[in-house]
Amino acid sequence: MATTVTVPAPPVAAPPGEPRRGRRRGVGRLAVLLVSPTFLVLTLVVGYPLIDALRLSFFQKNSGVDPTTGMVQEGEKFVGLGNFTDLFGSDQFLHALRNTTTLTIASVTIEVVVGVAMALIMNKAFAGRGLIRASILVPWAIPTAISALLWRWIFQTDGAANALLGTDTLWTTEGIPAWIAIVLADTWKTAPFIGLLVLAGLQIIPAEVYEAAKVDGANAWSTFWRITLPLVKPALIVAVLFRLLDVLRMFDLPYVMIGPGKQPVETVSVLAFQEAIQFTRFGPAAAMSTILFLYIAVVAFVFVKVLGADVIGSRVGGKR
Amino acid sequence: MTTTTAERGPRRWLPHLGIAVIMVYCLAPFYWMVVSSLRRSNDLFDNTLLPSPLSTENYQAALDPQNKFLQGVLNSLIVASTTTVVGLVIALFTAYALARLDFRFKNAALAIIIATSMFPGISMIIPLFKLFSQIGWLNSYQGMIVPSLSFVLPLAVWNLTSFFRQMPYELEEAAQIDGCSPGQAFRKVILPLAAPGVFTTAIITFIAAWNEYIIARSMVNDPAYMTAPVVASMFTGSTQYDQPFGTQMAAGVIVTIPLVIMVLLFQRRIVAGLTAGGVK
Repeated sequence: MATTVTVPAPPVAAPPGEPRRGRRRGVGRLAVLLVSPTFLVLTLVVGYPLIDALRLSFFQKNSGVDPTTGMVQEGEKFVGLGNFTDLFGSDQFLHALRNTTTLTIASVTIEVVVGVAMALIMNKAFAGRGLIRASILVPWAIPTAISALLWRWIFQTDGAANALLGTDTLWTTEGIPAWIAIVLADTWKTAPFIGLLVLAGLQIIPAEVYEAAKVDGANAWSTFWRITLPLVKPALIVAVLFRLLDVLRMFDLPYVMIGPGKQPVETVSVLAFQEAIQFTRFGPAAAMSTILFLYIAVVAFVFVKVLGADVIGSRVGGKR
Repeated sequence: MTTTTAERGPRRWLPHLGIAVIMVYCLAPFYWMVVSSLRRSNDLFDNTLLPSPLSTENYQAALDPQNKFLQGVLNSLIVASTTTVVGLVIALFTAYALARLDFRFKNAALAIIIATSMFPGISMIIPLFKLFSQIGWLNSYQGMIVPSLSFVLPLAVWNLTSFFRQMPYELEEAAQIDGCSPGQAFRKVILPLAAPGVFTTAIITFIAAWNEYIIARSMVNDPAYMTAPVVASMFTGSTQYDQPFGTQMAAGVIVTIPLVIMVLLFQRRIVAGLTAGGVK
């Protein structure tokens, strides 16, 4: 084997008797000392903004002229859940929420199918592994904003995609074609990555398992569904979870490739960015981002609790 | 050995065909970017597989001082390498504790750190943008570096933790028998041996920081501080509707080439790091 890859393994054995015999009292204190800088930074750059976003979502910028004083109003006023009720009555936001959901489901589904297929092929390959590995890392390494420019170019009206397909589709303007273009561009960039993770999962399945299946007369199809898939499932579930959360917050691709304000492909992140950074309407933007956060939290919760995604790799601690 | 007729037939060449398909899938769009960047603007819409005649016109346009693209590359370097170094130093100690020390709430701590990397960037950016506009951090390097830690730190902690976990526990035991404190064991035994893992984590975090877009796009509107991907995405042609695709492809190649070189040099490490650290 040229490669040694470790991966969130199927639950094998517990770490061989964690040797904690000579534990000292100071260990706990040392641990706190070592862990606290990370928590301090994360509190500042993640914790604080998250809470502040919730606070901001209850406020709205004052606008117009005060009727009693005749002065232009400034500052912000508390509107309670006003921003949230506004959002759920706003077509633009509901479209963004729907786009975010459909893009996520479509992209992740296709990426998983393509990724698993890639992994199965790569697992059979014995020549040129280095070359494959290098080429599969290229889409992963290209900055998403750059790949958005690249796909925007490919999907131009007189660009490569239309020339290849013999069509005259206006891919990057609006509508379903733009949605399809985004799914394709996202799949290109991330399916190889899923393939890489699944491949690592495949490589730790012992050959004996397959030999036993062969002896029992299993065909390739049932071997895949009954043996391969269940054994790579832990790695796959974690990969799918991370991909889901990543697509739910998708910004670079729709923003750079199609641009803001295009209703069929505008995601919640793009809309919230426009509201906050472009128009400095922080209240509605913060409400959107809070809803997106809750959405993501629910998806993550379902994956970890219901499907048992082993995100922290606690079952593989101490592997060699 | 069971050699059936099936293994001599399609089974022999099918994997090769599959490999070829995967490589074309991964490389063709990138190849198109390179080819397009080398065309003259007059034949930009040619769909030939090779540019003829070869031209550096697009690169000259991308590097035109007026575009401030070179400044963008420099800014990207400053932001990505500072973020990587700061994130790595902080993550190193935390990951060591999470992987090698036995203390209460260890798994909870790791779970929280990983969970923060899943939060949507936009929910952090809105309050931070507001805060930075008050303290004058918009259009500054720290205004990009500090928020970038929100994704670099979990990534680095996660990667390093899985590297530290793979090292045999006997190492610290031996060090302790020799009279080392846990701190000394870390400095003198673990750290030197973890160097490859630290290096791999550095590459992965650097690529992640180099590719960052939404923070850089939000916190900066002064071209002097824009990072290269932001500059490239904001190139304008002679008119608003005239997209300078050739220039953008040239800029894209320039931004991507350092990463492709890293990938070629360190592919094995990167794959090991990505898969050991779970995902991302």
